[in-house]
Parts: sequence; structure tokens; C-alpha cells
Amino acid sequence: MTDAALETLLLVEDLQAWYGESHVLHGVTFDVRSGEVVTLLGRNGAGKTTTLKAVMGIIGTRTGSVRYEGRELIGLASNQIARAGLAFCPEERGIFASLDVEENLLLPPEVRPGGLTTAQVFELFPNLKERLRSQGTKLSGGEQQMLAIGRILRTGARLVLLDEPTEGLAPVIIQQIGRTIHMLKSRGFTILLVEQNFRFASTVADRYYVMEHGRIVDGFANAELERNVEKLHDYLGV
Amino acid sequence: MRSKRPGEGLTIESTDDPHPLARNRVRATSPFQGEVTSPIGKTRMFEIFGIPSQALFGQLLIGLINGSFYALLSLGLAVIFGMLNIINFTHGAQYMMGAFVAYFLLQWAGINYWAALVIAPILVGFTGIIVERLFLQWLYKLDHLYGLLLTFGLALVIEGVFRNYFGSSGLPYRIPDALQGGQNLGFMFLPNYRAWVVVFSLAVCLATWFVIERTRLGAYLRAATENPTLVRAFGINVPRMITLTYGFGVALAALAGVMAAPIYNVSPQMGSHLIIVVFAVVVIGGMGSIMGAIVTGFGLGLIEGLTKVFFPEASNTVIFIIMAIVLIIRPAGLFGRRV
Ligand SMILES: Nc1ncnc2c1ncn2[C@@H]1O[C@H](COP(=O)(O)OP(=O)(O)OP(=O)(O)O)[C@@H](O)[C@H]1O
Ligand SMILES: [Mg+2]
Repeated sequence: MTDAALETLLLVEDLQAWYGESHVLHGVTFDVRSGEVVTLLGRNGAGKTTTLKAVMGIIGTRTGSVRYEGRELIGLASNQIARAGLAFCPEERGIFASLDVEENLLLPPEVRPGGLTTAQVFELFPNLKERLRSQGTKLSGGEQQMLAIGRILRTGARLVLLDEPTEGLAPVIIQQIGRTIHMLKSRGFTILLVEQNFRFASTVADRYYVMEHGRIVDGFANAELERNVEKLHDYLGV
Repeated sequence: MRSKRPGEGLTIESTDDPHPLARNRVRATSPFQGEVTSPIGKTRMFEIFGIPSQALFGQLLIGLINGSFYALLSLGLAVIFGMLNIINFTHGAQYMMGAFVAYFLLQWAGINYWAALVIAPILVGFTGIIVERLFLQWLYKLDHLYGLLLTFGLALVIEGVFRNYFGSSGLPYRIPDALQGGQNLGFMFLPNYRAWVVVFSLAVCLATWFVIERTRLGAYLRAATENPTLVRAFGINVPRMITLTYGFGVALAALAGVMAAPIYNVSPQMGSHLIIVVFAVVVIGGMGSIMGAIVTGFGLGLIEGLTKVFFPEASNTVIFIIMAIVLIIRPAGLFGRRV
């Protein structure tokens, strides 16, 4: 549901980003309100991952404005952005091979009070508890994704950026991740999700933005999904 | 008053050595040799493979001492390489600076060895932090070669400055009173200071290993070695961690320098002599591995010592021969994780 009364948590305006010489984001503008699940859709190479990285401050050059809780983040280093209360789960999951599962889980420091406890993370993902001493990268793809999500829920960050969390996973695990997103929402987390799988996205998202060639080209609420399916097929080329 | 040369109290040679050949063998060795013979002259003599026990165990001890320095220095290099991706050719000069700081502290301020063990690594480590902020931080994204050239040049500058002011003859540094003398173990004479160097280096190496492999801080270091961008995006100040890591690696070198001061003379070129062997040790052990650096350091020191006894002609080259063989069989090194 779009509720204009909800406070804007993240406001991105005219965000431009470059990888070296190559200009990838050409003025991205969107907003995420407190407690929402917002999904970025778009074809491969549209700039979805780059948008998350630019928000998180881990891309070479970026300009424009990224406001979180009203505070401008564009000039900050990524460690300061994380400390402001944002957490990022990368597309490639970023599990550390030289750390065991427990060390991976405990790695991100607490940036604010109010994150999940380790016990609550194990409740969500019981698989992790049985593999604490395993090397992080020895987990299955699904378990690695659970670890990648689980470890950032402990930090107390209120805005969680998830980059294609369901990519390449079995349906049962996708359902588990869907349940996790609902649970997080009910606990007051705000989620910015990148997805190719819009059938999955439709089970969790409140709103959608569609990206093309480094710009936001469309946006609608979940209630308007039916009306937009045709258009969406065009955008995504499915 | 001229302070006593290191080891002067230790090198009274036993006059009843039954095996002059063995003594000659012991002599024909590297610049790092020391002579371990009893001032009492009463240690019991027996032979192993035709080698008198004195010579054998004496050389093994020298091997262990050298191994202690190899281990401490290659450990620092491994830690620095892991985080900074830079092969720190200044390491030998920083080791030398540690020895000089200990010397200055004693000569000019009357600050003793024990305090120098703490103060010198901190001071020299701090110069490392300045070097990292001024120079190294701009090189991380470039090829290894740039860091290597910069640190090599820096080593030449530092060594040149010290040689200019202090000449190249060694300055003596006295063994602290508490560690004068030695123990007669029956089969050999063990100077206290040397026993201390071996035990203390081993303790420092293992403590460093423990912190890196078993603690929270170590987990940050290992993770940042793998993927600094992501670790930083979790809220950790990775650039500061890198600076401190370099400072720590340099401090380890300086600590080795302080420990070396009473054994080898304090001289501007003491580091460049040692560091060549240490780089061979690092190549054999494999750049990225902490335990690899420790084990290889001590192990090669021992092998070098044994070679001095059994095949002295090769004692200066044995480490390089092993290096060549390892490079052929395992280019990443014995404990190396990546190529
Ligand atoms: N490290 C990089 N260096 C240079 N160009 C890059 C880099 N990463 C991505 N790009 C380019 O930036 C554009 C946007 O990439 P991005 O990864 O943001 O796409 P995406 O929407 O996340 O795609 P996908 O759905 O495949 O993950 C693409 O054209 C891509 O080729
Ligand atoms: Mg992507």
C-alpha cells in the first residue's frame, strides 16, 4: 500500500554514477518510505546493482543526492554510510572464504541497537546453526544466501538493500526468503530489493520501480501490478 | 667507556676440543654465525655422525636464532602483504632502525633493553604509519611492482642516511644483565640471551597468529584481505585498519631489530644482509600465510644450521637452493593460498 503519510526514509535524486570513464547511472530518482518493501526491476545491465552500490557508497564516482532520514550521504565513505543505518547484501553474496560460518555471521559490527539477536537469526535460518564451524564458502548456494542476509540483520540497520536474493535458488529456499522479508517488514525493517523474478517480487513488494539504461522509467504500487503486467513484460523483455 | 662487544663473555673457546676439523667447519659459515662454546669448558663431549655434540647443537642453536629472526621478519612481511598487497622491501631497514633506536635509547637516554623492547617498536611502527599515509596508500590499486620499487628506494635512502651518520662498522649493544651468562646443559652450553630470543620470538609469532586466526579483530583483517570494499560497506574503517596493519608489521621488524642488537652488531647494513634471506624464506613459505611464515622461518633456520655442520660449503646457499626447488614444484610456496 502506498501511504503518503508514511515518512520518507530514503530519497534518491538525480543520482549519477560512473565506473571509471563509463557513465552508468544517468539521473536516478526514487524514494523509499519507512517500513516499505520497494523493488527495482529491469533487464540485465539496466543499472540496478549500480544503484544499490551508489546508495551504499561503494562505486568510484557518484553525484546527485542520497538522503537517508533527511541526512545527505553522497559525500560520505561507505563505512560511514553503513554507520548511518544501511546494510547491503551483494548480488554475489560476499561470503568470506577465510572465515568460518560463525565468523561470517558475526563480522558486520552493530551500528545501532535493535537488530536481531544471533538466536533470532538461527530461528530464521536453522541450517546455519548446524554449520557454524564450516568454512563460509563450503555452504550450499542457498545457505550462503541465508548467511549473507542473516549477518546484516544483526547490525541494527533499518534499511536493508538486497540484490537479487533469490537468484539461482530452489523454490523452497525462495519461499523461505519470502517469509523472511515478510517477517522483517512486520518488525519494522525497510527493504530495497533488486529482482529479476517479478513473480517472487509480487509476493513481497509494496511498490516497484522499473529501470532502463541507468534511469528509472516507471513506477507503480503493488495494487496496480495487474494493470501494468503487459507493460512490464515489454520492459523486462519476457 | 666502551661497552663490551656482544658475545664477548661467551666466546672463550674450550681448549680441549678433540675435533679441530669440526671447529673449522663451524667457522666457515654465514655472517650470522655465532660461536657457542662453553666458558667453563666442562660440557661433556660425544659425537653424532662423527660430529661433536657441541658443534651440532651449537649450530642448531644458531639455526634457531636465525630462524627466530626469519620468522619474525617474514611474519611481518606476510601480514603487510596480506592487507596492503605490497611487498615491503623497507622491512630490513625498519629492522635496522629498531636496533638503532634501542642503541640510541641506551646510549643517550640510559633507557635499558627491556624498555627498548616496547619503545622501539612503537617509535619505528609510528614511522611506518607515516610512510603508509604519505606514500603507500596511493599504490594499492597499482601493480605490485610500484610498491616494491617505492619501498626498495626508501630502504636505500634510510640505509644511506644511517651509514652517513654512523659509518658501516657495527656499534656494540650489551646483553642485559638479567640475561648474561648461560646454562650448561651437559651436551652443550646455552647462553641465556639466545634462549630468550628463541622463546620470546616464538611467543610473539604465536600470539600474532592467534590474534589473526582466532579473534574478532583477526576476522576483520582476514575479511578485509579478501574483500575490503564489502568489509568497509559493513561499517568498518578499512583504510585505518590498513594503516595500523602496516604500522604493526613494521613494529614487528623493529622488535626483531631490538632483539638482534645484542647478538649482531648494530650497523646500517644489518637489515639488508638479513632481508635477502628473509625474502627467500617468504617465497618458500608462500606470501599470504601467517603460520606458513612462522614454520618456514624457524624450519629454514634449522636447516641452515644443520647444513653448516654437515655440508658447510652450501650453508650460505642452501636456502636459495630450496627456494629454487620450491618455485619449480609449488610456485605459490609451501603454504601459499594463491598464486
Ligand atoms: N565494475 C564495472 N565496471 C564497468 N562497468 C560496469 C561494472 N559493473 C557494471 N558495469 C556496467 O554498468 C551497467 C549496469 O550494470 P549493473 O550491474 O548495475 O546492472 P544490473 O541491472 O544489476 O544487471 P543484472 O540484472 O545483470 O545484475 C552495465 O552496462 C554493466 O556492463
Ligand atoms: Mg545486478
